[in-house]
Amino acid sequence: MADGRAAVKRRINPRLWLSGGWLMILVIAALAAPLLAPQDPLAQDLFASRLPPLWQAGAEPGFPLGTDSLGRDVLSRVLYGARVALIVALIAGSCTCVLGAGLGLVAGYYRGWPDMVISRLIEIWMAFPPVLFAILLIAVMGTGLTSIIVAIVVIDWTRFARVIRAEAMSQGAMDYVASAKVAGRGRFGIILREILPNVLPTIVVLLTLEMGIAVIVEAILGFVNLSISSDDPTWGSMIAEGRAAIHHSWWVLVFPLITLFLTVLSFSQLGEGLKDHFDPVLR
Amino acid sequence: MTLLRILLKRLLSMSTTLIGVAVIVFFVIRIVPGNPIAMMLPPGAGEEDIARLKALYGFDKSLPEQFLIWIQGILGGDFGTSITSRQPVSALVLGRLPATLELSVMALVMAVAIGGILALTGTRHRGGKAEAVIDITNGISLSVPDFLWGLFFILLFGVLWPVFHISGRVSPALDLPFTTNFYLFESLLRLRFDIWLDLVSHMFMPALALAIPLAAIIAQLLKQSLKETMHLDYVTLARTKGYSENHVILREALPNAILPTLTLVGVQFTFLIGGTVIIERLFSYEGLGNMAIDAVINRDLPLIQGIVILFAVIFTTVNLLVDLTYAVLNPRLRHG
Repeated sequence: MADGRAAVKRRINPRLWLSGGWLMILVIAALAAPLLAPQDPLAQDLFASRLPPLWQAGAEPGFPLGTDSLGRDVLSRVLYGARVALIVALIAGSCTCVLGAGLGLVAGYYRGWPDMVISRLIEIWMAFPPVLFAILLIAVMGTGLTSIIVAIVVIDWTRFARVIRAEAMSQGAMDYVASAKVAGRGRFGIILREILPNVLPTIVVLLTLEMGIAVIVEAILGFVNLSISSDDPTWGSMIAEGRAAIHHSWWVLVFPLITLFLTVLSFSQLGEGLKDHFDPVLR
Repeated sequence: MTLLRILLKRLLSMSTTLIGVAVIVFFVIRIVPGNPIAMMLPPGAGEEDIARLKALYGFDKSLPEQFLIWIQGILGGDFGTSITSRQPVSALVLGRLPATLELSVMALVMAVAIGGILALTGTRHRGGKAEAVIDITNGISLSVPDFLWGLFFILLFGVLWPVFHISGRVSPALDLPFTTNFYLFESLLRLRFDIWLDLVSHMFMPALALAIPLAAIIAQLLKQSLKETMHLDYVTLARTKGYSENHVILREALPNAILPTLTLVGVQFTFLIGGTVIIERLFSYEGLGNMAIDAVINRDLPLIQGIVILFAVIFTTVNLLVDLTYAVLNPRLRHG
């Protein structure tokens, strides 16, 4: 048994390393943004507007990835944008996870009326177009970091609830749960001590995937100008500016887009990789 | 008989879902701090004008009263009047619906075509390099959402190699002789291929962006079930009879492997339609989603309500159709 586990552990998928590596770089870049950023991300300089990146003619040394139409440094804004993206990924991801998995466990194990109420809510939620729902909620709550996080949690809890409900149902029908019941464990104790540990790998995978989704949602809200504020650097707002200026300064769109792409891809590949990694050990 | 029971059961749950959506959207948007009436009037407007306008749109009544009036209106086909354009919401929304439906169906067709071809190619060359390439492409396509694909296509086919239009639904210079808003469909019927090509050139990138994630899902699932089917005895029998590998895959394995993919496509199609909201925005495509975002920004409450309800009706109808198709195609469920 011990040897088997070691063998599985040694064969960690390369995509786990690659995606984990990129996310690690991003975390460091976000933490060290004040040290790494060559400029103040908010500083406008109309004399330095639309400077191309370093390797093109007409570039200026202080602006390695060029500047936007207001003369703000693209690299510095990408770095500070990583802070917003990662905060949203972490906080919105974990809150969504706790709420969604919690409701899913309750619905799946208790069955009966809690399941009926929760399943009905899930069905109603599935009938909303998610992006429109998010935009609507931000319009109601006003822009800002808290609003974005609340909007993501309110919309995406069903992703966890649906899957965990089904898993909790099949776990609840198993013998070990029946014997825990015979042994006198309360229902809440069974959920916490017996079922939760067994659905934990699924929760971890879903959480990783949800973080990627949260990053995208934040970018989409930034794109329609409903993220934290129109001035603060977010990848979404940079992409919106870049989309408008695409014919004369491509770098304003390309650099935040590549960063966003790698980040979303990494979260998703990390999730898929973890799924494969958990599988042989547990099943 | 049983089919009828499934239909009735689904219709019942569909209506409760729609009522739930109506309640949520109605009360959520009424917590909006900005007063929609104040935004319509010039800054110097007096109290009297505000009160008159409020009465005109029914905002002076209590919330439960407003809700009942709204629901009664909907049941009679009246979705209220848009605050920004002062036109009936139903006319505005139905005017934009064809654009979104055409985009979604185009994307669905693309996704099925791409996904199907990838799955069949992967099955034909299973274990080979082609399959490995398809698997990796699938993995990436699945991880990247439509919004990012859209941005990549704008860069690629709009700027670096400008072969497609990157905004709008149709070139404004064209004179449209149409009586409906189903431009793509009607231009074909009227044999106006010049307009049809212009429409496709506008629609191609947004539709492809919506199609890619779904195509990857179809490719993955269909390939999986094809592979399982290829090991079954009757397929081996067909092979020993001397049929070619292509014949075996297309004629013997595919009909049996397609059912799980079919149900999944139905469910995923609603996600695709949900994706049109941001994709239409990205490509300035004049559909429902783009109108919805404008409505939220302008605090046009009746219009927001109408669009959200319409989306919910589309989603639940698609789900209903999927369930019925599944029931018809799967005899075990029909007689169960």
